[in-house]
Amino acid sequence: MIPLRSAFAGLLTAAWLTGAVAAPVPDDVLVVGQTAEPASLDPAVSTATNDARILVNLYEGLVRYRSGTLEVEPALAESWTVSEDGRRYTFRLREGVRFHDGTPFDAEAVRFHFGRLLDRDHPAARTGPFPLAFLFRVVERVEAPDPRTVRFVLREPHAPFLSNLAYPTGLIVSPKAVMERGGAFARAPVGTGPFRFAGWQSSRKVTLERNPDYWGEAAKPRLVIFRPLTDPNTRATEMLAGGVDVMAEMPPDALALFRDRPGFAVREQVGPHLWFLILNTQAGPLRDPRVRQAVNYAIDKQALAAHVLQGTAVPAHGLIAPAFAWAYDPSQRGYPHDPQRARRLLREAGAEGATLRFLVAEGGSGMLDPVAMGTAIQADLAAVGLTARIATYEWNAYLARVNRGLGEDADMAEMAWMTNDPDMLPSLALRSDARPGQGGFNAGGYANPDLDRLLAEARRTGDQARRADLYRQAEALVVADAPIAFVAHWKQSAVTTAAVRGLTLEPSFFLRLSGVTKR
Amino acid sequence: MGAYLLGRLAGLVPVLIGLSLIVFLIMALIPGDPALAILGPYATPESLARVRAELGLDRSLPVQYAAWLGHVLAGDLGRSHSLNRPVLDEVGERFAATLVLAGAALVLAALIGLLVGIVAAVRQGGTADRLATLAVLVGISMPSFWLGLLLILLVSVRWRLLPVSGMYAITGGEDLSDLLAHLVLPAVTLAVVAAGVIARLTRSAMLEVLRQDFVRTARAKGVPERRIIVAHALKAALVTVIPVIGIQAGFVLGGAVYVETVFQWPGIGRMLVNAIATRDVLLVQGGVLVVATAYVLFNLAADLLQRLLDPRIGA
Repeated sequence: MIPLRSAFAGLLTAAWLTGAVAAPVPDDVLVVGQTAEPASLDPAVSTATNDARILVNLYEGLVRYRSGTLEVEPALAESWTVSEDGRRYTFRLREGVRFHDGTPFDAEAVRFHFGRLLDRDHPAARTGPFPLAFLFRVVERVEAPDPRTVRFVLREPHAPFLSNLAYPTGLIVSPKAVMERGGAFARAPVGTGPFRFAGWQSSRKVTLERNPDYWGEAAKPRLVIFRPLTDPNTRATEMLAGGVDVMAEMPPDALALFRDRPGFAVREQVGPHLWFLILNTQAGPLRDPRVRQAVNYAIDKQALAAHVLQGTAVPAHGLIAPAFAWAYDPSQRGYPHDPQRARRLLREAGAEGATLRFLVAEGGSGMLDPVAMGTAIQADLAAVGLTARIATYEWNAYLARVNRGLGEDADMAEMAWMTNDPDMLPSLALRSDARPGQGGFNAGGYANPDLDRLLAEARRTGDQARRADLYRQAEALVVADAPIAFVAHWKQSAVTTAAVRGLTLEPSFFLRLSGVTKR
Repeated sequence: MGAYLLGRLAGLVPVLIGLSLIVFLIMALIPGDPALAILGPYATPESLARVRAELGLDRSLPVQYAAWLGHVLAGDLGRSHSLNRPVLDEVGERFAATLVLAGAALVLAALIGLLVGIVAAVRQGGTADRLATLAVLVGISMPSFWLGLLLILLVSVRWRLLPVSGMYAITGGEDLSDLLAHLVLPAVTLAVVAAGVIARLTRSAMLEVLRQDFVRTARAKGVPERRIIVAHALKAALVTVIPVIGIQAGFVLGGAVYVETVFQWPGIGRMLVNAIATRDVLLVQGGVLVVATAYVLFNLAADLLQRLLDPRIGA
């Protein structure tokens, strides 16, 4: 190894002499590590949380989530009114706001944005696809009676509408830039936010710079640099070596390392996320609700969250994540780990020793550690006498398999959803009309007219307290029927150097950086 | 020579067409498609159908392939749906980064491999030979991603001598010294296995040559030992070693995927892995074409070099 070592030492000396060793990052530059390169910086196109962390710094919507909550507050709209019948939302827009390309933000820009999403004949309709356009399918038309007024007319009352406007899909883009750049807009974005786009070097970095003409309080960092660090080990070593200031989603193993290390701070926040098992309510042993309940009782969620996920998730007791503070029901205890009871239910249902065909993903958005979790669940089920036969799929192949419905040849499947409103998961994945093939994700074939009725009523209800009550009732129904097995809510985490100040992890998983400073 | 070169280059065409056809078929066969990758968990049958139509995936496979081939012949590799940019731009940038890494690694591997091999052969059976053989065994057996992590932990995290990852500094830099500082660890990591293979082969080739009559004659004529080794033996041994270096070029390109991942090097290996995961067929095709062409050209260069060294070949 001697020549190798001397060659290595030689190279090392050469690099050392040239003085090229990592220069410290200046105090007004914030470097943020991410798990992947953004897919798209066009909010109408993007679906990934990873992208959203960048988007919310570049763009703004009419409304946004108030810090620390999933409730909306004014952003590009100063105020709004909702008509008596819940079908007309009229927004008064902020005056004097300009896009980063100098064009004015006005009612026509809002109309352009939603026309692009919803109207297939819109001049910018081909700059998509727009996977989340369905969030606004309820919009019948958008009117711009004057430059500072915009009115949405809905086909029917839709209470989640405001919350959807605060979602990245509702972030407003510069019409001029979209028309000029077409599909390339995704890599050269123009919004109204506190930062403007300064560059994107493939698989190296995305750079944002302070927007000097911002209408609100100017951003504190001069530059924000997002680095894609796809390898979990590299995320940890870069953090240790001082190459990043903020690291989103540190792997669980590494998180423990930073927790007790001076010079670093770990921030955590439980998100609007649910990790669950879709149970086949139409075929096989899980048609019997008692067997579905037994599966729920058999899973040791506490152990999963604490050991398999090493504290990066909390056990889920119901449908509504605690991040939806206004609708969350803390008294909902769901299914505590109770193997005795599981066995008794299985005996009553005559399903002792049944075999369950279990679809497991290899990875995927929000899926946490799906293989390890699937194996742990398999062991939990074995402890109550159920045999789970696992079939593992790569994420894309997995979605193709699960989204067409579990059908006759699968009994349960892993799934995870990250949502912005308590309506979304039950409406898209548990409502009886939301069948695969009809534009829905109800892969387990659950059908309960009472649930359908409650969800429809909640959508029509403008009053938040009343809506919250309806969702709690819906949750109680779903918990009792157990069409899914409730497993965990993901706890987002970020590791920062001790110098980083003013960073809050939002329940939306967005990362707002305009108020962050170092030292 | 010119005709030989032309013939070899013309042979590249069927290789590339066959390869692109295989890649195309494999991408069509694996479950999941670009539309599903774009729409993710929110894919509905209706939106899937729309995106498939937009991407031209609703056409039959032969039509899709023919359309792609037609564009390629016109110099257009298409547009990557997962990156929202032309395939050619992305592949060009990423392949340049891989070339820098693989090139540095190959030069390093050739230098180290030849040196170790020669020393081991000349000192056959001695301590240097045994040490070299052991080092070669360790080098060949060590998984490169593990070696890379180890180097990062020691050199970058503990000693803070070199940057952990990336190709250029995040702020400032972007010059040659910055590139070199970032290049050292990944290039060394990538070079180790190839260096081991080259060393092992150089040793045996040298041993064989050193036993031959012309070497004995040179010694008898009183030619200095150093000159015998370099001018006579090594030149003869290189005829065997150089094609292996050419083949190693292929392995270094392939091994770059792991090293690029560990060091976050913005190379084409990592691009291809992501492109497969997002079912970005055009990007996979573009990347594979470029890598395959490079591989064939590397081997061609090795063959040409071998011909120059040994006029008997091809005569």
